Amino acid sequence: MYFSIWIALLVFTFITYKAAFIELGRFNAAVALGIATLKATLVALFFMHVWNASEKLTKLVVIAALFFLLLLLGLTMTDYATRPWS
Amino acid sequence: MPDSYAAGFSQDAHTETHDPALLHHFAEPQQQRDAASLGMWVFLATEIMFFGGLFCAYLVYRRWYFPDFAAASKSIDATLGATNTAVLICSSLTVVLAVWAAQTARRTLLIVMLVITMLLGLTFLGIKGIEYKDKFEEHHVPGASFSFNNVPVPGHPGEYANPKHAQLFFSLYFVMTGLHALHMIIGLGIFAWLLTMAWKGRFTPEWHTPVEIGGLYWHFVDIVWIYLFPLLYLIDRHP
Repeated sequence: MYFSIWIALLVFTFITYKAAFIELGRFNAAVALGIATLKATLVALFFMHVWNASEKLTKLVVIAALFFLLLLLGLTMTDYATRPWS
Repeated sequence: MPDSYAAGFSQDAHTETHDPALLHHFAEPQQQRDAASLGMWVFLATEIMFFGGLFCAYLVYRRWYFPDFAAASKSIDATLGATNTAVLICSSLTVVLAVWAAQTARRTLLIVMLVITMLLGLTFLGIKGIEYKDKFEEHHVPGASFSFNNVPVPGHPGEYANPKHAQLFFSLYFVMTGLHALHMIIGLGIFAWLLTMAWKGRFTPEWHTPVEIGGLYWHFVDIVWIYLFPLLYLIDRHP
């Protein structure tokens, strides 16, 4: 199990690296961040054992941390990304 | 009478059998392990917000000065960055194997995995050092001797990056990778301590909490790098 996750992470790294050199317009960033999120999810769920955490509170802390991170990034960008002069 | 009662009571308390690995305020080993990893996750939540502020600053400036950020990003070595990503992913594998070895009382495997993890961590820092050395030689380190003149913007022939905006990129690059490298150095310290504990045979299937939460820390640092790699190295690479 651990080995298949490891192989998947290496393959995704290779794809990210190769995809960066292909012209995809604005999708370059989307592909790079999408794969990074997929990799981070694999590490958190299986290497950090969030998937089979016996304590529901652990999952709650993980979700709460991500929620506040999205709040930080999301609310900041709703300001900066909608300023007419920028 | 009260004396003998007290003596009997204290004797009872001491002869009461319990798992020496289980602290008194926990009901069972599973609860003790859950409490430790929960505490570590709360710490990691603070770390997410710590790095989150930097990612936020990065996002704002990348939107504002995208062409300059793309040009600056192209000047760092993406192959070294990709290699370092692979190195950290391999170290995450050795960390889960170390945790598994501790859970299943395989002392030799645990020691071997801890050593390999530390070697991979040192490899990462070595490659990082080569990158930093290149940046110093190219005068890409923000400060008095910073120079980023006549660097073309990718995809816009005839346009050149604004050195001031490129300097912002390199400031973020050095603070984010530097903070990440500091976490790696702290991680190596933690793993050196885990190694001495493992060498003394302190970890058992019932109690190996330090290996588990040290592993959580290492994986977290790996996740930060998983995001730093595409954001800093691969902004606009295609010809």
